[in-house]
Parts: sequence; structure tokens; C-alpha cells
Amino acid sequence: MKYMALIYTDPATMTPPDSPDFGKMMAGYQIANETYRRDGVYVTGDALQPSTTATTVRVRNGKTESMDGPFAETKEQLGGFYILDCANLDDAIRYAALIPGAANGAVEVRPIMVFDR
Amino acid sequence: MVLGSTEAANVAGAIDALARRDGGRLLSNLVGAIRDFQLAEDSLQDALESALIHWTRNGLPHSPAAWIMQAAKRKAIDRLRRSANFRAKSAEITHLIQMENESVEDETEEPIRDERLKLIFTCCHPALEKKTRVALTLRSVCGLTTEEIADAFLDSHEAMAQRLVRARHKITKSGIAYEVPAPDGWNERLESVLAVIYLIFNEGYASSSAEHIRRELCEEAIRLGRLLAALRPDEPEIEGLVALMLLHHARRSARLGNEGEILSLEDQDRNLWDRQEISEGGTLLEKALLRGRPGPYQLQAAIIAIHAESPSFRETDWHQIVLIYRTLCGIADNPVFELNRIVALSYAEGPETALARLQPIAHILGQYQPFHAVAADLYARTGHVAEAKLAYRLAHDLSQTEAEKLFFDKKLRLLT
Repeated sequence: MKYMALIYTDPATMTPPDSPDFGKMMAGYQIANETYRRDGVYVTGDALQPSTTATTVRVRNGKTESMDGPFAETKEQLGGFYILDCANLDDAIRYAALIPGAANGAVEVRPIMVFDR
Repeated sequence: MVLGSTEAANVAGAIDALARRDGGRLLSNLVGAIRDFQLAEDSLQDALESALIHWTRNGLPHSPAAWIMQAAKRKAIDRLRRSANFRAKSAEITHLIQMENESVEDETEEPIRDERLKLIFTCCHPALEKKTRVALTLRSVCGLTTEEIADAFLDSHEAMAQRLVRARHKITKSGIAYEVPAPDGWNERLESVLAVIYLIFNEGYASSSAEHIRRELCEEAIRLGRLLAALRPDEPEIEGLVALMLLHHARRSARLGNEGEILSLEDQDRNLWDRQEISEGGTLLEKALLRGRPGPYQLQAAIIAIHAESPSFRETDWHQIVLIYRTLCGIADNPVFELNRIVALSYAEGPETALARLQPIAHILGQYQPFHAVAADLYARTGHVAEAKLAYRLAHDLSQTEAEKLFFDKKLRLLT
């Protein structure tokens, strides 16, 4: 069963790249990635540019409209994601807990919908 | 006709009793076979309704439980066939039909596999909201009706039904495994199961509804605890929890005074305590402790056992209780245990010593009624009447039942 792990973090409390903790955090991601690959659960995963780079697209009356943002007002923003192929929710939770973002933000785990053929 | 309706009533009664007694076992098996919690629940309901028609006509079958089981599987096939995404479900239907064909014509000789342990762990999964875990366990494992559960938690029937449906869908869709957890997840998952059982018990022990003691909920929790202990023997914390509940429950007849106010341990008539339950709880606790793996429930039960076996309040072995609380606070980070330790300390070493320990937990337990009750008692015993009154008023205002309010009214009267 495939799960998406959505990583939400608060930019205000994010570890700055020049701090000594940054290396520790990146090492945490390294460990997570290696574990996922070793256990064969890794499908894909990436980090996202901050929400200040976001553009919203809507199609209204057949016309494409775009707009800057949303520059999320909420403290925690989507900062990255993984897709992991796990046996069940318990495994998915266990793997998601390895994501360093879970320690200072939150990781939302959701099963990927399988459409009936 | 009169005879017919009596018979129908008898059959309906038999079906209710069966749903209550065997519902959990039947459902646990069905979820395993069908792999869809909601479908299993719906099919079981269909089968029970169908039983009313058939059994009224022909009388009870040789093995009612096996009849229900087979009928429920057929109802599941029927529901799948009628569902909108029929083609997508064809794999499930094939699987069920295959199972149906393989089963012997007369299933009555075949025992129904008991998968209630899987069912319990699924219903108490930490990915579900706490209240949902409690409700789902009462519905699916204990066989209480949705209406009974809604009434117990002061919810509308509709809201409770919705909550249960959402929970069953989440279990299936989010991939919560229908299995007994592996050793690496065992302790954490067991903790969640035990917490759910103890929540049910506590809702009965000090109910948030108008009625202070809800005996049926306490008994349901004890029944569930016993079931879990039978399904998983050699687990001392399960035995510890059952012992704890028995020892608490043994005092039920002595816990309320003439006006319906709660009585503290000091004021309870110990002759009203149920000695048989106390001895059963004590024996079970000893058995658990002998396994050499103490835990929070065993330690709490050990404390209550000291109270239960003490001939009077004055003769209580407070030093022993303080010692056990020290161990308990060391292994479980829970401010309520600390509060109870302070109470024990007030009898072992005096109320002044205890009062000094109260301040550090005040900010955590500020909204917790027993905190103010303890503070008031300690102030009163050290001669701080004004502070005691203030604390009793706070406790009174935080009380949720009439019985608690009456208790604090009485305390306030005695202070003036």
C-alpha cells in the first residue's frame, strides 16, 4: 500500500542552513533515505521551495487564471514529501517518524487512493 | 396469533442475547474473511435481521452462531454484487464465493475461529481518536448497540453512528492491519488497548453524566479486561488492570452517602465493600506481580489493594503506599500519580510536608478538580481555613456531577 508522507514545518522554527544543527538535520534525512531504500519502501520524495514561491492556478470559464501564493497564513507549511510503499499503517507511521521534520513540525500520513479499474 | 407474537418475541430475545454474547466473535471472524470492516458490520446486521424472519418461521437452528456466520457471508456477497462498483469488486466476490463453496454444507460442526484479539487491537489503534477507539470497542467487541453507546457518552444517536462509520472506513482505507501486533510494536499497542479499557471503566466509575456511578460501564470494562486476559495470558499488565478495576469496583456500594454525595475512603463503610471481588482482585494481582514485570496498572492495583485489605482508614499502611507511588512516578510521567502520592504523604509524614509538594504541579493540574480537593483538604488540616474554603469552591465549580457538588457543599459546611 502506498502512502504519502506530507512534511509540514514552521519556517520560523526551521533550522537555518548556517547553524550547526543543520548538518544534524540533513544527516537525519540521509538516514531516513537510506533506511527507506534498504527496506525497499522508497518510491519517491523531494523537498519543496518555500511557499513564497507558490503560484495558484485556476481555470474559470475555460480561461486559465494564475496568482501568486497562497502565502500560507498558517504557521506550518508543506515543505516536502515522500511516497513510501508499506505493508500497513503501522509501518508507514514507523517510517514517517524517521523524517526529521516530524521532530519539529508534523508529518501527515495518507494512503494514496487506488482507483477501481 | 398471540402464540405467534410471543414466539417472535422469544426469537428476538434470543437474537439479542446471541448478538451480545457472540457478536464480537462473529464480527472478528467476518472482518478477517471479508477484509472490510464496514461491510462485515453491515452483513452481520443483515444476517441478524434475516434470522428474525427465518427463526420465527422455523424455530432456532441447531447452531445459531454458525447459521448467522454463514448467512452473513452470503449477505456480504449480495451487498458486493449490488454495489455500484461491481466490476472492481469482482475479486472480493470470487474470494467469498470460493470460501462459500469450500465450506461444508453443515457448518455447525466447524468451530468459529476466534479473532477477537485482532479485533481489539484494530479497534484500539492509536491512529484513531480516543473517543472513537472507546466507542468502536464497545460496539464491535462488546456488542453494545450504537444507541447505548451514544447514550453513555451523551451524544446523539446520529453523531455516534457517523463516528463509527467513519472509523470503520478509516481502518480499511488507511491500511490499519487486521492482526495482532508484532513484538516490536506490542508494548505501545497494548498500552493503547489497556487505556481504552480503563477509559470505559472510568466513565462508569466517575461518570460525566448526571448519574455518578454507571455500574454497567464498569462491568463492561471488567468483562473486556477478562476477555483480553483470556486471549493473551501471561501479560502481567492486563492482569494488573483487571485487578485494579475489580478492587475499585468492589467499593461501589459504599461510595455514595445518604444524600447521593460521594464519600471519601475515610468515610466509607468498609462492611459494604465486596470481599469476594477484593479477594479475586488481590489473587490476580499477586499472580501478575510474580511474573516480575511490574508496570503502572499493577502498581496502581497494589496501592488500591492496600486500601482494600486495611481494616480501617486509620490502620492504612501509608508508608507502603508512599513507596509504591514513588516507584509509579518513576516509571510513568503522570502528574495525577504525583497528586495521589502527595495525599499519601500527608498521612505518612503530615499535611505540612505534603502541602509544600503541591505547588510544582499546580500549573499543570489547575483545571483538574481533584487537585483543588486535595489542596483544600491539606489547607483544612493545617488550619488555613480561608484557603481551604477557596479551594473547595474551586473544586465545587469544576465538578461535573451532582454527587461531587454535594460532597464539596458538605465539606464547606463543616468548615464554618
